[in-house]
This record gives sequence, C-alpha cells and structure tokens, in this order.
Amino acid sequence: MVSSFQKACIVGIGQTEFSKASGRSEQQLAAEAILAACFDAGIDPASIDGMTTFSLDHSDEVDVMRSLGCEEIKYTTRLPQGGAASVSTIVHAKNAVESGICDTFLIFRAMNERSQYRFGQPHHSMSPDAHSSTFMEWCFPFGAQTPASWEALSCGPYLHKYGITSEDLGRIAVTFRKAASTNPNAWFYKKPITLEDHQSSRWIVEPTLRLLDCCQESDGGVAIIITRADKAKDCKQTPVQILGAEYSMLFNHEIISDFYQGDLIRTENSEIVADRLTASAGIAPKDTDVAMIYDNFTPQVLRQLEGFKYCGIGEANDYIKDGNLELDGKTPLSPNGGLMGEGYIHGMNNITEGVRQMRGSAANQIKNAKTAMLASGVAGAIIGV
Amino acid sequence: MRPDPIKRIDTAFFWEACEQRKFVVQKCEPCNTLWHPPRPMCPKCHSIEKTHQRLTGRGVVISWVKQVRPASYGFESSPFVILVELDEGLRIVSNLISVSVPVIGDIVEVDFERTIGGKSVPIFKRVVV
Repeated sequence: MVSSFQKACIVGIGQTEFSKASGRSEQQLAAEAILAACFDAGIDPASIDGMTTFSLDHSDEVDVMRSLGCEEIKYTTRLPQGGAASVSTIVHAKNAVESGICDTFLIFRAMNERSQYRFGQPHHSMSPDAHSSTFMEWCFPFGAQTPASWEALSCGPYLHKYGITSEDLGRIAVTFRKAASTNPNAWFYKKPITLEDHQSSRWIVEPTLRLLDCCQESDGGVAIIITRADKAKDCKQTPVQILGAEYSMLFNHEIISDFYQGDLIRTENSEIVADRLTASAGIAPKDTDVAMIYDNFTPQVLRQLEGFKYCGIGEANDYIKDGNLELDGKTPLSPNGGLMGEGYIHGMNNITEGVRQMRGSAANQIKNAKTAMLASGVAGAIIGV
Repeated sequence: MRPDPIKRIDTAFFWEACEQRKFVVQKCEPCNTLWHPPRPMCPKCHSIEKTHQRLTGRGVVISWVKQVRPASYGFESSPFVILVELDEGLRIVSNLISVSVPVIGDIVEVDFERTIGGKSVPIFKRVVV
C-alpha cells in the first residue's frame, strides 16, 4: 500500500501548437513541449530523472537529455501498441515515482505526423513485423494498407451485429466537433459540423468510414510531468492525483489490425482494465465526471463505451443517442474536441485536457469536475483532485 | 498490379506454398495446433518444430472493407478486402474477387492471384450454393 505522501500526481503539462506543418524538427517539438511542462510545474528540467514515450516516437532519450539538460536518467521505458497505449504511459509514470525509483518523471510524444510522414498513407517500406501495431505482411498485398482500413475491418462484425449506420457514427463526429468549435487550441476551432456535413463527406473506407469519421493528421508535441504527493505540494499547480492506472495487452490481439482473437464484438482488454481501475481507484469509469476516450475513428468510441462499462454490450449507440456524451450530459466526452477536433498527438493531448479539467482551467470547463477517465483502448487511468 | 507479399524467414513457407497454388497454415509438429499468422514458436507447447497443413480453403466472410482514399497502393482499383473465418477456425485477411459488394455471411473458397513480381497470394471467390 502506497502512503498518501508517496502517491503519484501530475504536476505539469506542456504542448506546442497543433498544426499541419510545424516547420521544425520532432526533437525540437519534444523539447519545447517538455520545457513548457516543466515551466507549468515550476520544476527545473535538469531534475527530470526518468521518462517514457511510445516505441514509435523518433526522439531518443539521449537527445531529449541533450536539449533539456537533464543531469541523470535512472529509468526509461517505451511502450508498444501505438496510440492505444497512450494512457499506458501513465501506468509507467505512476510506478516509477511511487516505487521511489524516480522523483521527477517525464512523459513525452512529439511528431510531424502530417508534414513529415502521414499515418493515413500506405507505407510500403514499413516493417512487415508487428511494428508496434500492425502486421503489414498480412494486409498489404490485399490492399488494406491504412489504419482506417484495418480499423474498419476490425469493427465490421460489431457494426454489423448491432446495425450501426453511418449516421450513427456521424453523431459521434458531430459531438467532437461541437466541443472543438469552442476550444481556441483546437485545429477545428469555430468549425462545427452538422450530420449532413458528415453524410456528404467522402468515403475513406467503404462501407464504414467517411472523412469526418477519422481523426486528424497533426504535427505537435505534448509533455507531462509526474512526481510524488510530497514533492507535488511545492509545485506551481494544484496536483492532480493518479487514482488508478492500468493496461492490459492480451494474447494474439493486435492493436488496430485486431482480427485474430475473440469475437470482435467485445473488447476484453478494456473490460479487464475497467475492473482493475474500479478496484484501484475506488471509482468506476462510468462514475467519473469527464470521459477522455481515444478517438482515432468514430467506431472506437462505441467499443470503448462498452469496454470500459459505461453501458452494456450493444448499448453504446443508444447511450449516445440519449445525449449522454454532451458536455452537460452524464458522460461529457472529450471537452477539447478530442483527436478529431483538437489535434492528433497520438492520444496525448487528451491526457493534458483531462488534467486541465481537474485544474478547472479548460476552455470548455465541465462544472465541478473532480475526476476524469482517460481511456485508450488497452489502457485506462482515473485522475482526480 | 498487386504488390508482392512481404516474405520473412518465419512465413516463407506460406507464400512459397501459394506459388504452388496450395493454401496452408503453420502446424505445430508435437501438438498439432494450427496457427495463423505464423510465428517462430508454438505459444501452446513452446515447440519450434513446425510443419504446415493444407486447408479446405473454404470459409465465411465476417467483415469487409474497400480502401477508397488513398486507393490501395499497387492496384489498378481498390479491391474488396475481406476477413474470412476459415473452416478450421482460423481467420485470414484476403480479397473477394467479385463485381458485387461482399455480404457478411458469404461462403467463399480460395483461389490464387499473381502479383507484380510473379509471386502468388490466396484470394477468395463466392461459392454458389
């Protein structure tokens, strides 16, 4: 049992602007976001003594240290499984500081994912191995070569079984863009969409995903600083406690090309995470005040609402139709506009928004929000003040 | 024209069988478990002794997509991509060669198609019942 003074707290968040052409290196984006997070927390970057990022991130730890002047790294670890693992970084941060290995732990992710390379385009030079998310070998020669195509193929059985229509998915996109329209940091600030806009947007992958079902491709960097409660009290911001953080990567499941195991209806890894989180945080995801749900593509929201037990299997579409995801509803969804509306920094900008909601400093602030669920498929965390 | 398969040490047997118009999957020699996609070790008994087994080549379509934008790289026009649940219980991503849109529940049977470099991949056709 971790004593209260040892508990992990998020004390700093930082980000660059989110754009389509950053005009600078990924290493610089990382460095700028990290410096902003340190400034936000009121800590010296030299004191960072542990870090994590995605295995897909191009900025090496040594290079991060070189720019930020970090004196010594005692613990570093990278995470597989792409954006689905974005919230897994919180698990590593929590363990690193609560175990006492690290005092000041950094999470970062920076990418020129629009201007330098595009996730949405086929990359035939890509590794045929799992490459952290997808076995290209078994999809590429059959013309399924983009994340949208793998996602749509994996979601097909669920959408078919419950008769989910393109309009149903459109309602989810409209919700994200409505929130983004009043968030000045969002790429789609002041640009809400209607269901008709969604329905007339071009097909990306038939018969499931239209343009407005997809997240953006973005350039930008995000960083988060975590320390223990006893040190957090000396920082500039109100500490945001990590009440629980869990991930579950299951046998024979791939991330986005998840075709080979299970019934493709339930998301067992999310269900496991929901149960563990409820036990460790003492509150269920559905009872938290804000839901930051990883939105690479609209069907993911349906599957995670069920996986994280906001509603029963097959009930997510009705849960949304009933208005629960509106910002004044029971489950306010990504008030920053999510990855579709704000920007796609591989899920990390949803974590920083969760923190802002707990601080009471968000553009679309949910009234009296005390707890937030951060969800990214295989991973979940509950934070609170 | 369709891109060549990406062959690796652990998967070469699959693509080489395709060149002889044989549809096979990895079979663990000691415990007889079938696996797809292939892997260097049997996750059930941990043997590295592997062989392969020819399949019936029949299955059911459980999901389908067509990659519209960007169009499928290397193809004249984007094909119907299907997820097939094979008679043996394994799943494989492939194509349905058809002028009409796939339907979940379609019964399909394997055939083979040439790639740009003269290799071969398994594709499926509807079985008329």
